[in-house]
Amino acid sequence: MSLDDATVRKIAHLARISVAEKDIAPLAKELSGIMDWIEQLQEVDTSAVEPMTGGADMMLNWRKDAVTDGGHTDKVLANAPESHEGFFGVPKVIE
Amino acid sequence: MTFLIKGETETWEVVIGLEVHAQVTSEAKLFSGAPTYFGADPNSQVSFVDAGMPGMLPVINEICVEQAVRTGLGLKARINNRSVFSRKNYFYADLPQGYQISQFDLPIVGKGTIVLDMPDGVSREIGIERLHLEQDAGKSIHDLHPSKTFIDLNRSGVALMEIVSDPDMRSPEEAGAYLRKLRSILRYLGTCNGNMDEGSMRCDANVSVRPQGEEGLRTRCEIKNVNSIRFVMQAIEYEARRHVDVYESGGEISQETRQYDSNNGETRSMRSKEMAHDYRYFPDPDLLPLVFDDDYVARIKATLPELPDEKRERFISEYGLTAYDAGVLVVERETSVYFEDVAKDRDPKAAANWVISNLFGALNKMGISITDSPITADNLGKLIDLITDNTISGRIAKDVFEIMLEEGKGPDAIVEEKGLKQITDTGPIEDAIGQVMADNPGKVEEYRGGKDKLIGWFVGQVMKQTGGKANPGKLNELLQKKLAP
Amino acid sequence: MTELTQLTLSEARDGLRKGDFSAVELTQAHIKSMETNRDLNVFITEVPGLAIERAKEADHNRSHGKAGALEGLPLGIKDLFCTEGILTTAASHILDGFTPPYESTVTANLKAAGAITLGKTNLDEFAMGSSNESSYYGAAHNPWKRKGDPRYLVPGGSSGGSAAAVAAHTCLGAIGTDTGGSIRQPASFCGVVGMKPTYGRCSRWGVVAFSSSLDQAGPMTRTVRDSAILLAVMAGHDAKDSTSADMPVPDFEAALSGDIKGLRIGLPCEYRPDGLNSDIAALWDKGVGWLKDAGAEVVDISLPHTKYALPTYYIVAPAEASANLARYDGVRFGLRIEGESLDDMYAKTRAAGFGAEVKRRILIGTYALSAGYYDAYYLKAQKVRQLIHQDFVSAFENVDAILTPTTPSSAFPIGENSDDPVSMYLNDVFTVPASLAGIPGISIPAGLSSDGLPLGLQLLSKRWDEETLFRVAGVLEEAAGFSGLSIGGEG
Repeated sequence: MSLDDATVRKIAHLARISVAEKDIAPLAKELSGIMDWIEQLQEVDTSAVEPMTGGADMMLNWRKDAVTDGGHTDKVLANAPESHEGFFGVPKVIE
Repeated sequence: MTFLIKGETETWEVVIGLEVHAQVTSEAKLFSGAPTYFGADPNSQVSFVDAGMPGMLPVINEICVEQAVRTGLGLKARINNRSVFSRKNYFYADLPQGYQISQFDLPIVGKGTIVLDMPDGVSREIGIERLHLEQDAGKSIHDLHPSKTFIDLNRSGVALMEIVSDPDMRSPEEAGAYLRKLRSILRYLGTCNGNMDEGSMRCDANVSVRPQGEEGLRTRCEIKNVNSIRFVMQAIEYEARRHVDVYESGGEISQETRQYDSNNGETRSMRSKEMAHDYRYFPDPDLLPLVFDDDYVARIKATLPELPDEKRERFISEYGLTAYDAGVLVVERETSVYFEDVAKDRDPKAAANWVISNLFGALNKMGISITDSPITADNLGKLIDLITDNTISGRIAKDVFEIMLEEGKGPDAIVEEKGLKQITDTGPIEDAIGQVMADNPGKVEEYRGGKDKLIGWFVGQVMKQTGGKANPGKLNELLQKKLAP
Repeated sequence: MTELTQLTLSEARDGLRKGDFSAVELTQAHIKSMETNRDLNVFITEVPGLAIERAKEADHNRSHGKAGALEGLPLGIKDLFCTEGILTTAASHILDGFTPPYESTVTANLKAAGAITLGKTNLDEFAMGSSNESSYYGAAHNPWKRKGDPRYLVPGGSSGGSAAAVAAHTCLGAIGTDTGGSIRQPASFCGVVGMKPTYGRCSRWGVVAFSSSLDQAGPMTRTVRDSAILLAVMAGHDAKDSTSADMPVPDFEAALSGDIKGLRIGLPCEYRPDGLNSDIAALWDKGVGWLKDAGAEVVDISLPHTKYALPTYYIVAPAEASANLARYDGVRFGLRIEGESLDDMYAKTRAAGFGAEVKRRILIGTYALSAGYYDAYYLKAQKVRQLIHQDFVSAFENVDAILTPTTPSSAFPIGENSDDPVSMYLNDVFTVPASLAGIPGISIPAGLSSDGLPLGLQLLSKRWDEETLFRVAGVLEEAAGFSGLSIGGEG
């Protein structure tokens, strides 16, 4: 299973990682190398196997419906690269 | 009641499916302990989980699970004892984790139904495809700064139920009726307050058209986040006509997301969402499957209130109301409770009539809800009692009602205070009749000469004479006797 | 005071109890060691001031009869654990300047027991790596060197800083995280004990997530007893982590009975591929002999899906990581590179903020989850993972523990494996299967390679049976008599 340049551009966009045009082809080659190695999974017969959905073999614990958090805007914003009047700020989004 | 669009070449049918996002009524968010109430300062209701800080983990709020199951039961839907939370991956400034925790192929609630009672008396059954739990995103505010978008995460992580209908609706009216009915059920259940203006209930409409009689569905467009029932109906109608225009002029509809602009009543393509989405759903490894047993569902079922459909049936059979009146009275639980308080030990039809014809109109005019009505159910009941025991006439009762509305007092006090008690004693009525006859000998002649219709005129004159307080029955009886030749 | 750094954690604990020395003295000795070993680049952030302050408190507490289980013991913390008020980097540029306003549950547990944080240890960026070379803050160095070779070796990864810090006696113990071998492999490379508990034993709350269904915190120490002491404090149910087990934490230290008579130890044939390094094969055989001598019964077993563990891991972990790392977008914390639009800002920030290996894994994960490939890759991998898990479940019907080598090689020079990702991935061939199955594993330093480097043996047990692991590990440790690194390193 080889990844072509277009696929690499597509997944790089989905992942929001900019990749310079000159790096696309080498990246495609590298990722293809990894995927080729992973391809050996296809030889395993999994027709009657339930997928494992997590690392744990336990029951999900539920929280009570109680307000135990919030009210610390300062801490929420403390690490923000940009904030204004209690809001996070980002470049203007045009919808 | 069919809604068809007559085009140049064809008659077109519209096909509508609705996706409603209903905010779960809960104190805290779906996966964090931050509060959910509306209108707080920006980012003041945000836990580190909601802000997507590194290492933060979701823990499910039990009430949100219960509310989803309760809603599923209210929609007569299949409850899935095992469901799975998945991550829906996309980047947006108000989506802090870079994914939304939602449910994908294994939702908590499966197929159900909603019955619509259309004004023409016809019932329509609309399928519910599924209901799933998911997190809300935060809010992007674009108009506070010339070059910046501001982000408030107060809504981030609030529990939503996404309720997806089958494409079973065929007119904007049905879509409106569906939303009203769904809102009614949610409010009865107490699982969502249904306030569309606060964003607690939002609607996406999937619209397509097809020539009448054509099988299969044509390409649909999704109109996103419409925030009132009226706008949903307008948007659907506009969108359906747009599709017809495109098809009839030889064009094709492309599947896309559109936005409704209520200012000019049009929908337009959302350019920013043009990029093909690939949400890469996969089970959230921070959460195990959501599992509960039948007993859990049974315990919730045991606490379900009587829902609008059942209540309507009961109002028809128990009180003998018309289907229409019963339907109107059950839309809001508060109204139905009010009605039943008024109707208790009284003539239910009179009670329904007073509530629907008089009270609703008055409240509507005042722009207030039944819970804020200046006339309590108890007082409206007493007013009916005063009519029944002939203390006042129906006509006087309307005046008393107006005063009650204004002053909030009980009808007894008003009748007493204003001396509105009905005159049933023969003497005063006879005196008044005598006076009217004495003043109008010509009319008496005419009547006796065979002009029977004048009886109405005499009634009016005598009523005037008694300040409207004469008992109408008594008055009629005495008048006939006196006027007899 | 350098001799204080020669103590094991349990010896230091006992010394403090007896009043042989103070927590301040103990801490100062380790701060000095931390300073003299700076060439190893094992700490990203040092907090000596805080440490001394805490040591004074510890001495005060002890004098008032309020000493916790780890009162006054200085530790290194992998810089993947969020620590309130202390810079937390995950060794990534993208977390520039991030100071968490919260403390991870595991480090909070340590703090509550009186432990002292010396600093935040180096790691592979976002714990993605087996050599520590992907750290934005530069590679940490293994304090061990090959005989007659002056080149710096990798400490392994991703918890390479923690392993090297413990091996170099800059701290009494350290904590790491293990996703596919990130505790056990560096422990083996640096000659220390590295324990990955059962998935769900330690809370993941406040640990920067790499792969949520695999990440698990664990102790890195110079002895098995120290490992048991630390884990007992780290572990426990946490209502803030939905995957944390609501199970009692046993007294792990009490499990070190030294008695393994009658225990059945499995040897999986799949862990002895053709061409297995002869030093490692020989050490494994020795280990078998030690356990037999102690009265254990050794049986051959098969874990047939072992060879598929690595490719399975390299779908599951990157897929989860691709979502877990989406939050690093320049909006709420860390690095931001301005852009013309929101999307442009995202793409530039993430391109500049993530290193090559992290990007590679995000892209692989994104691909594996994308439309049309989900079933072929992600779903397939989760099914094979189930088979791998079942292999272990079946094996543990017949044996109490499994003995294998920890790594297929000893530590290698910096730069040696960095041009081919897949050859780097092969470092974790023996550790990844247990991670996928969620079972506990421990690496014990058991001997030296022919060129003088430490080699570890790995013990695995069924879920929630860390006690058996510690028991067998204690016996193995005793028999191996591994002496560790003398102060100043081998040179």
